[in-house]
Amino acid sequence: MPVRLAGRTPISVTVNGIKREAEVEPRLLLVHFIRDELGLTGTHVGCDTSNCSACAVLMDGKVVKACTVLAVQADGREILTVEGLAKDDRLHPVQEAFLNKHGLQCGFCTPGMLMSAYALLQGNRRPTEDEIRKGISGNICRCTGYAQIVESVQQAARSKQW
Amino acid sequence: MIPSAFEYASPNSLSEAIDLLAGRGEEAKVIAGGQSLIPLMKLRLASPSLLVDISRIPGLNRIEEAGDLLRIGALTRIAEVEASILVRERYPAIHDASEVIGDPLVRNLGTIGGNVSHGDPNNDMPAVMLALGAEFVAVGPKGERTVKAQDFFLDTFTIALNHDEILTEIHVPRARPRSGGCYLKLEQKVADFATAGVAVQVRLAKRGEIEDIGVGLTAVGPTAIKARKAEDWLRGRMPMDGAAVQEVARLAAEESNPSTDLRGTSTYKKQVVARLASRALRRACEKAGGAG
Repeated sequence: MPVRLAGRTPISVTVNGIKREAEVEPRLLLVHFIRDELGLTGTHVGCDTSNCSACAVLMDGKVVKACTVLAVQADGREILTVEGLAKDDRLHPVQEAFLNKHGLQCGFCTPGMLMSAYALLQGNRRPTEDEIRKGISGNICRCTGYAQIVESVQQAARSKQW
Repeated sequence: MIPSAFEYASPNSLSEAIDLLAGRGEEAKVIAGGQSLIPLMKLRLASPSLLVDISRIPGLNRIEEAGDLLRIGALTRIAEVEASILVRERYPAIHDASEVIGDPLVRNLGTIGGNVSHGDPNNDMPAVMLALGAEFVAVGPKGERTVKAQDFFLDTFTIALNHDEILTEIHVPRARPRSGGCYLKLEQKVADFATAGVAVQVRLAKRGEIEDIGVGLTAVGPTAIKARKAEDWLRGRMPMDGAAVQEVARLAAEESNPSTDLRGTSTYKKQVVARLASRALRRACEKAGGAG
């Protein structure tokens, strides 16, 4: 992007495989761009203070907190949100595993948890329990006590449907 | 929470970035990973009128040994430091810190340059850099200069760089035989700031006594602290002697100046420093091959 100091800044972000172009205020957070401008409300705003990671999305393949990234910082990058996991009518194996293993109760943290689990498994298809717990250590869940989330990730790791 | 309005520029070169900073004075702020700055801006504890995003400037994210130095580009993400085999095998104190900064999502974006130049005494890399005797390379309108870690941290959120200078590289003395390091941090939960942290870097002489030592402390003063008394006392001594371990713990605690807060009382934190210091010394010496 050339140096440009104007109030609204043009950005081009590929979200779930679709190129989206917009003019945004530099202070617009990525999570608000995703939710309010694109209407993808699967990405949740939880704590809004960079603690809980309910807003987790993948940016160029790395899991990040969408509430702690400016939309302008995502210019030219690829974003994957929870809506991008399922293909047609088929849930992604990570989603399937959370469903089977009851890896959620209220579900508020789940989109972020799914994205962290997905990112972990993309890099490591045979994680140990310790690696899983470290991999999701940035995501806060106030319902489950994490045991069933860990089991969900373990089941997803064993899935042959990737 | 939404930051105050600001202008944003994403230059492709250091010289453009420096021009932008120089033109705006104290109101401009450098952003790289943004994992410290964006939360502060959302709380409106920081309201810069211009953000200069240096994250797209090429060539500032390498980790390599060259000559007498380990050179780490300022834009290297903490996750990249954490994944570096070179760092893990030869600079264990840096590796230890890279594993406990923030959480995995923060580490994916946060940079080592930001962790250092934010000037927050709660950040983990400053104590490590003090222990390692690192130097920081900065570029500004007058060219490049190097600042020693021990001269870099002036006060809370205040570092020795001018507003129009940008940290570009961290230089760490190349690992030598019989040297080792360790960083230990007590945190209440993942991504919380440290209750206290201690970094130790040692080099042992052939007979096993400490030839060179660096000790840095996290979150127990207005800046990261170089524990000089502990360093001076240890130099020339046999490290694993029980009295030495106790004395380094006592001196490091004495040099810390923690405040009482939700993470503990000042007295408690000094005890944490003492315990972490003796453990970190032991582990650093083990890494240096001088265990027992």
